[in-house]
Amino acid sequence: MLCWGQMGAELALLTDSLVRATPLIIAGLAVTLAFRGGVFNIGAEGQLLAGAVAATTVSLAGASTFGRVVVVIALIAAAFAGAVWAGIAAELRRRFHVLEIISTIMLNFIAIHLLSFLVRGPLQEPTHIYPQTETLSSAARLPVLVPGTRLHFGFALAIGFTLFFSWMFKRTAFGFRIRATGASPLAAYTAGKIDVPRTTYLVFLLSGALAGIAGGIEVTGVTFALYENLSPGYGYTAIAVALIAGLNPPRVIASGIFFGVIETGAIALQREFSVPSSIASVVEAGFILAALTLAAIRGRQVLAKMAIS
Amino acid sequence: MSAFETFLEGAVRAATPLGFAALGETVVERSGVINIGLEGAIIAGAFGGFIAAGSGNVWLGFAGAMLAGMLIAALFAFFAIGIRADQIITGTAISLLCLGLTATLYQQIYGATGAALSIPTMGETELPLFSSLPLVGKALFAQPAITYVLYISIPVIWWLMYRTYEGLALRATGEDPRAAIAAGIPARKIQVLSVLFGGAMGGIAGGVLVIAQAGSFAEGMSAGRGFIAIAIVVLGRWHPFGVAAAALIFGAASALQYFFQALGWPVPYQLFLALPYVLTLCGLAGIAGRAVAPASLGRWPGQG
Repeated sequence: MLCWGQMGAELALLTDSLVRATPLIIAGLAVTLAFRGGVFNIGAEGQLLAGAVAATTVSLAGASTFGRVVVVIALIAAAFAGAVWAGIAAELRRRFHVLEIISTIMLNFIAIHLLSFLVRGPLQEPTHIYPQTETLSSAARLPVLVPGTRLHFGFALAIGFTLFFSWMFKRTAFGFRIRATGASPLAAYTAGKIDVPRTTYLVFLLSGALAGIAGGIEVTGVTFALYENLSPGYGYTAIAVALIAGLNPPRVIASGIFFGVIETGAIALQREFSVPSSIASVVEAGFILAALTLAAIRGRQVLAKMAIS
Repeated sequence: MSAFETFLEGAVRAATPLGFAALGETVVERSGVINIGLEGAIIAGAFGGFIAAGSGNVWLGFAGAMLAGMLIAALFAFFAIGIRADQIITGTAISLLCLGLTATLYQQIYGATGAALSIPTMGETELPLFSSLPLVGKALFAQPAITYVLYISIPVIWWLMYRTYEGLALRATGEDPRAAIAAGIPARKIQVLSVLFGGAMGGIAGGVLVIAQAGSFAEGMSAGRGFIAIAIVVLGRWHPFGVAAAALIFGAASALQYFFQALGWPVPYQLFLALPYVLTLCGLAGIAGRAVAPASLGRWPGQG
């Protein structure tokens, strides 16, 4: 029995890591595509929260009408909301040349406060006691992948999205336009006749949509309700995930799982040995700095082109 | 005090940490470096100030805050200037590092519950004569002493930047480091010193939060002020006076919350918390095309 308990605990640690890795993979993919396309989207966190809000609203309103299909509609709504939230920054960049580094960070804070307002105001559960929404009905939840664990279908979606967008990035004309624009906007325009502003804009929206889906999956697969602190900084960790993957889309899966293990391990450490789980951020930052050092030693930049000018 | 005086006093109080951080970042950016790790310097300064102020002396607290900020800035300088790593990524990593490290250290030292420990705080010092000015006197000149340090540092930084040889060298470096080097200016040294100065100012900003305002440390208490300060630098068009004015406008946006609460308007407080960030976006869109950044901001010429 002890042996079984031990194995159960280890299985739970593994599946919990994969559950944790799910939003990190999808948001990491969002950041990777944006960075490679010359868009400094630091706003995956806000876009993820926008997606979570949309998915929750749609799930709560549509569960009785649409049955199990509501999950699909909720995730589409999440993608849309994420794209809209990123679209604000994309629009500010296109029209007013506002640096997206600053605008997306501002939008992150706005999203956090709006979420706080929503779960204490219009979207609060009917008894008005807890600062959260109603819990999603079982029809509106993503199916469980491994019975008896928390591992849900969202993980499979994360793998699927990564494979699909890796293919798109490498093999399609749009993928080529993203890479060319990110590598050198001027060359992309003069030699490739690529509509650079349009490509930048589209990759920004795509990045936001993916981050939004990450939020939608988190709500329909893990939390089943909307509340503050829904995301322990997934959108920021996603930047580390993308960089450790070398901004190479297929590697985001391994990188995301790696950070999922680190964060789950940190939570376990806190529980067992009361080591603060915030140590995970320190480890993540250490990995980013190590990656920068390695890149510098090899004599190249992590990013092909700074988007600041 | 009248409602307006209370509002103005609150605006100056909220603007003080932003002003310190943004003035420091102004110098950094004029040297051609953008330090997104400013948020990290602020939270490190808050933590350093908290530890040092535990000694009982508030000025020692500010020294600790400044030192912590400079330490973080030195780390940034090593990566971003020393090995020429990407400045934005380095800055993001440094912010993440500091937010995590201060939270971890705080919980380790003071227990997981993080019982609210308080430290001696800096009370208000009323400046005679100035504080009896009509309307603005009480609001501007009955502040903690550190605020007066900020008042003085605004013209001093302006004078150093625009009226001394070192200031000219700083601005030349920000426009074109290679041309500066050709003219015999030690561009990299100037950038490192600027980043250290920016870190010191960011550290003081964190110290203000702890020593002059909250009276204790809390995880993540910098609350994005580093990023707002970077936006303030853009809004202030990289000029000390413009930056000081922009910081005051932001302070005012934060103070509006209390103003409307005092008036009894039933507006949810979260919307006021979001206001400074919304204002930043509007401000950045509003000055479109009119703000001219230092020409080599964020990259070394020929890099990337």
